[in-house]
Amino acid sequence: MATITYREALNQALAEEMERDDSVFLMGEEVAEYDGAYKVSKGLLDQFGDRRVVDSPISELGFAGLGVGAAMVGLRPVIEFMTFNFSFLALDQVINSAAKMYYMSDGQVHLPMVFRGPTGAALQLSAQHSQACQTWYLHAPGVKLVTPATPADAKGLLKAAIRDEDPVAVMEGELLYNLKGEVPDPEDGDFVIPLGLAEVKREGGDVSIITSGAMVHMALMAAGNLEKDGIDAEVLDLRSLRPLDVDAILATVQKTNRVVVLEEGWPYAGVGAQIAATIQEEAFDDLDAPVLRVTQADVPMPYAKNLEQMAKPSADRVVQACKKVLYTD
Amino acid sequence: MATKVHMEALSPTMEEGQLVKWLKSEGDDVSNGEIIAEIETDKATMELVARGDGLLRKILLGEGGTAPVGAVIAVIAGADEDIGEFVSGDGAAAAGAAATAEPETKKAAEESPPEPESSTPPTAEEAAPVSPPDEAPATEEGDRIKASPLARRLAEEEGVELRDVAGSGPGGRIIKRDVERAAREGVPAAAPAAAAFQLSEADYEDVPLTQMRKTIAKRLVESIGPVPHFFLTVDVDMSRAVAARQRINAMLERDGIKVSFNDIVLKATAMALKKHPDCNAHWRGDHVRRFNRVHLGVAVAIDDGLITPVVRDAHLKGLSQISPEVRELAGRARDKKLKPDEYMGSTFSVSNLGMFGIEEFTGVINPPEAGILAVGAVEERPVVIDGRIEARPMMKITMSCDHRVIDGAQGSRFLQTLQAILEEPLAALV
Repeated sequence: MATITYREALNQALAEEMERDDSVFLMGEEVAEYDGAYKVSKGLLDQFGDRRVVDSPISELGFAGLGVGAAMVGLRPVIEFMTFNFSFLALDQVINSAAKMYYMSDGQVHLPMVFRGPTGAALQLSAQHSQACQTWYLHAPGVKLVTPATPADAKGLLKAAIRDEDPVAVMEGELLYNLKGEVPDPEDGDFVIPLGLAEVKREGGDVSIITSGAMVHMALMAAGNLEKDGIDAEVLDLRSLRPLDVDAILATVQKTNRVVVLEEGWPYAGVGAQIAATIQEEAFDDLDAPVLRVTQADVPMPYAKNLEQMAKPSADRVVQACKKVLYTD
Repeated sequence: MATKVHMEALSPTMEEGQLVKWLKSEGDDVSNGEIIAEIETDKATMELVARGDGLLRKILLGEGGTAPVGAVIAVIAGADEDIGEFVSGDGAAAAGAAATAEPETKKAAEESPPEPESSTPPTAEEAAPVSPPDEAPATEEGDRIKASPLARRLAEEEGVELRDVAGSGPGGRIIKRDVERAAREGVPAAAPAAAAFQLSEADYEDVPLTQMRKTIAKRLVESIGPVPHFFLTVDVDMSRAVAARQRINAMLERDGIKVSFNDIVLKATAMALKKHPDCNAHWRGDHVRRFNRVHLGVAVAIDDGLITPVVRDAHLKGLSQISPEVRELAGRARDKKLKPDEYMGSTFSVSNLGMFGIEEFTGVINPPEAGILAVGAVEERPVVIDGRIEARPMMKITMSCDHRVIDGAQGSRFLQTLQAILEEPLAALV
């Protein structure tokens, strides 16, 4: 095990998969000469050359469409969006082409491609560049979505995404790129985490915090605060939002009977709504309290620092919600 | 360890309670099981006992105030224990519900710190469907018991009656810990289950529903509501009953007992029901339960409503027993001192408005019973006897029948028997 950053883990995953399969290539804004806006593709241009590490024009719709075409003819493109906020320009290619081609070709054409980049709010990037984009990608059937929270998950899930036969969005966290964590050494074998498997990041028996991506760290912080009050919270990291690990969700509900869903995006038709619906459909008799959600406030992200703090979910609000479902508030 | 004093469900149908009197003051010592307050429920005035030891540190609901079941109405704690969290947390919510009694605590609730997002659309957390008690007036929900899905499942597994469990969640919601406590400690003593009176299997016969019975039940409910009533009226010549009552009262005078016409009707009804168990029955959804014992509900008017105390095993009792028992039950009913098991479990009911000069009326069935008898006044009316018109003391009795249980002919046969007993009281000896 080596301790490396989230950024390095993604870089390892890309390099290993490009080494393993020469149909894999990376394309996006500044991914080659500049090593990527967040330095995820550092050194890849030197290692694999400019046919496989391609700087694109500033044209999300264009290069996402190039990726779709390349995947249709047998390549395995990794399309980097500098942030998923910019990918709204490309959504027609994502939703109308990538997500639907397998269905519309009656299963004749697979699109083994990856869309990757950071999602969610960083700090004071204001309304247009602080969005959690998960819901746009989850709404239409046909695109898988993973949101790794740790360096190990980042590496294992990106490798699985590249090998998958269908389009997978890998949504990273801008504030996670410097996060360090243990990742299995390449010499110890291929480290791949199958899509669709959640992981309990903290065991607990009193209340379940279900979350994913960058919010996993906020959930762990809240669980630590709850522990001081004698409350033992379990943190379930979904890792994949599609396919969703329903078995893991039901297992934690059956264990604690109370759920707080923490998501970084807006509440309306959000990830938490989907999870809450799944729980009440499949585990109604295990619930001792309504499922509560902690989300971003239902407003565009404010620029002002104090307002931004209030609009974002917080560990305090997670603690309050947990106490509410425990009837101890 | 501080103990919250909750407004407990002191009657099976209680949604909120009014604090009649605190028997302890703030600062008094209280011990577990000690009576600390009198609470008026929807049915009676009941005693509330402490669930912990310590000082009665803070009273959150003043005398005369009302709070929903589950609300915190006081705090018991050690002398120097910090109870700030109860007084400002749940306490504020409880006091909000008791606004009429405690305006100053209501003010405190309003002054709780505003949410940062208060000027924007609510976040999911705030919009989540957990309403504070004062936003969920239990009274609008009728008899529905609020319990979490898990609490319902556990109650079924543990054999705990949810009706007997006091809920400690928002709005009196019964949650897991309440069911676990009830299973562990038994039902709170102050919330009596129907434990004092229990049916044994020998006391009744469950009759499975035939297809025809199911169809009758279904069709009739579609026609006129959940309990499909029909009515049978019979005119009873009370001449012999009047005479018998005079002789009986002369006989019982030394015991201080005065038998009323209603007592005679009750006795005769119990005898007739014993002969017609098809009318002494409950509708139980998927079957009909016919009782071998007659527990007669007697409607008693009280100041702000009515209640139906029960004469147990009325078929086994003579008038010298029934008469004082009814008087005693009615007296306590008017004082709201009846215990739940004294007004539950009747198999049939009788309502009498004769004392108001009402000649004839119809009663509304008290489910799951299958019938109720509406008794009018005994008054002299002209009747034709052997071709001649005579003045006779007559009484009209109307039986409301649940058609899912009782058909016209069955009800009529019962009324024939009842009429025969009333018209010839000697039948009681036969």
